[in-house]
Amino acid sequence: MRRALLTALVVLAASCSVERQSDHTVQVMGIGRAATPAEIHAWDIDVNPTGSSLPPGSGTYAAGASVFAQKCAACHGAHGEGIGPYPRLIGRDPRTGFPFGQDPAYVKTVGNYWPYATTLFDYVRRAMPLTQPGSLRNDEVYSVVDYLLAENQVVGRDAVMDAQTLPRVQMPARGRFVPDDRAGGRTFR
Amino acid sequence: MSERPTPDHQHAADAKISRRALISSAAVGAGGLLMRKIAGPAAAQASGPTPQQPGATPPMVPDDPTLVPGGGTTAVSARSPFESPARTPLGVITGPAYSPLQDLTGTITPNDLLFERHHAGVAMIDPKRWKLLVHGLVDRPMMFTLDDLKRFPSVSRVHFLECSGNGRAAYREPRPDMTPQIVDGLTSNGEWTGVPLSVLLGEVGVRDGASWFLAEGGDAAKLSRSIPMEKAREDALVVYAFNGEPLRPANGYPVRLFLPGYEANTCVKWLRRIKLIDQPNMSRDETSKYTDPLPDGTARQFSFVMDVKSVITQPAYPARLTRGWNRISGLAWSGRGRISRVDLSTDGGRSWSVADLQEPVLSRAHTRFAMMWEWKGAPSVLMSRAVDETDAVQPTRAEFQKVRGRGTDFHFNHIRAWKVAADGGVTFEGGV
Repeated sequence: MRRALLTALVVLAASCSVERQSDHTVQVMGIGRAATPAEIHAWDIDVNPTGSSLPPGSGTYAAGASVFAQKCAACHGAHGEGIGPYPRLIGRDPRTGFPFGQDPAYVKTVGNYWPYATTLFDYVRRAMPLTQPGSLRNDEVYSVVDYLLAENQVVGRDAVMDAQTLPRVQMPARGRFVPDDRAGGRTFR
Repeated sequence: MSERPTPDHQHAADAKISRRALISSAAVGAGGLLMRKIAGPAAAQASGPTPQQPGATPPMVPDDPTLVPGGGTTAVSARSPFESPARTPLGVITGPAYSPLQDLTGTITPNDLLFERHHAGVAMIDPKRWKLLVHGLVDRPMMFTLDDLKRFPSVSRVHFLECSGNGRAAYREPRPDMTPQIVDGLTSNGEWTGVPLSVLLGEVGVRDGASWFLAEGGDAAKLSRSIPMEKAREDALVVYAFNGEPLRPANGYPVRLFLPGYEANTCVKWLRRIKLIDQPNMSRDETSKYTDPLPDGTARQFSFVMDVKSVITQPAYPARLTRGWNRISGLAWSGRGRISRVDLSTDGGRSWSVADLQEPVLSRAHTRFAMMWEWKGAPSVLMSRAVDETDAVQPTRAEFQKVRGRGTDFHFNHIRAWKVAADGGVTFEGGV
């Protein structure tokens, strides 16, 4: 409807004056082609905090411990303590407060800094392991996410992670994040 | 991974090619005239901060170049063998390589010196197989090829691109032997060419409720960021060229997102997908990284815009001043618009003078500032302080630390200081 109206306006404009070709925002040019459902499905991998796009499958602590030892520990350490540039994943210190802005000595981990559990699934599936991204099956991703959440004492070792349980996990740092309040001007924020 | 040329290997290959080209052109030009080896690289190393490539052969030059014809035309220009600006590659796939700010003049960063930061290496993409999916809250999900993109209206705009982690080491662990490259080399500037994202959105039809868009790369990190739709309508670009030629692989070839004034991580390289969404995705790089923990126990999220900033690039470590008139020069920029003023101090911030700004002063672009200064041999501290068109002023290090905290992680825009010793030696002072 809106497009029909815009087209009418463009036609009208063209009939009474020289058309402004540069005003491209009002024209649909028809360049490109329709994306197929299969193409969209193949790339549509993002998972947001609602978890609505999480795939079928599930994971357990035991299976996750095995995946972690085989696929993650070489870079992140046997206990997720981090090695060189590969970050520490496990750790809840400090238990109280959120002093990261005050002191760079505190190391950010999944347990003390990540605000959403769904981010773990999204990131591991899209980018990990670093040398073989995309190689983990969905059950393996759920499992290693379960393992990391349990090792960070966010869930119990008996928890099962799937499309229903993962979005309900409450991360300790969830309430710490605030929107950007910088806006230029004289006050430095 | 191993079969893919790393920036390190690529650089070594470039260096070899230029040496070969040089030797053959020198041989052609020799013509029996006396040739002399000049210690160009060694001289460059002594007076400039960039080390010469190891193993480089000193160039052969005639005693009098007016008496012997030079070399012939070539397919691609090489730098003079007397010049060897270089990034600082670490040879890893998740790290940065800094632009040599101290070796650059004006405001435009040469394509092969644009800073790099990758999260899973430099993707190698066949432009014929590349395609961009635009879907989500749209009327018509569509796929665009590179040829498609180039049929659309295009714009070319000069803007800076800065990693929001730029300056972290200089803030956390300042050392006297830091060059401008190490202090602030994760910023570059040049002319970006591409299609306004708003044009592509017109093709797919934006549905009600689309308040953010997700941009995703086609590299092994499949790096993804959520961006407010206002930026898409305002000035987001889907770019395929930088400084007049296709993007280089390390810069996102064949296509990247470019968001003027926004932190570089959001300018997703090797772009393959844009999805219109109704809430941010909360991806790894907008939660666990690229957020700013503050002293009040919160963390600032979606802090896209790069703050007003400046850095003196000449003189800086390891330069040595000579008494008399010297030119102080550097770069200033702001993600919020034009630079309106740059103040310079030679006494550690007790007094300030207004520097000259080189025209044109463009919005959200590197701006070159300069001032002549007569150095009489007294120990001095040089500082630059930029002001942008919103009246935002670059804070001192102390102000910055008070507001952002010692542990803050990104957007390090405090005033930088350089100390001049009585012997003329210049070192990085950190800030005051």
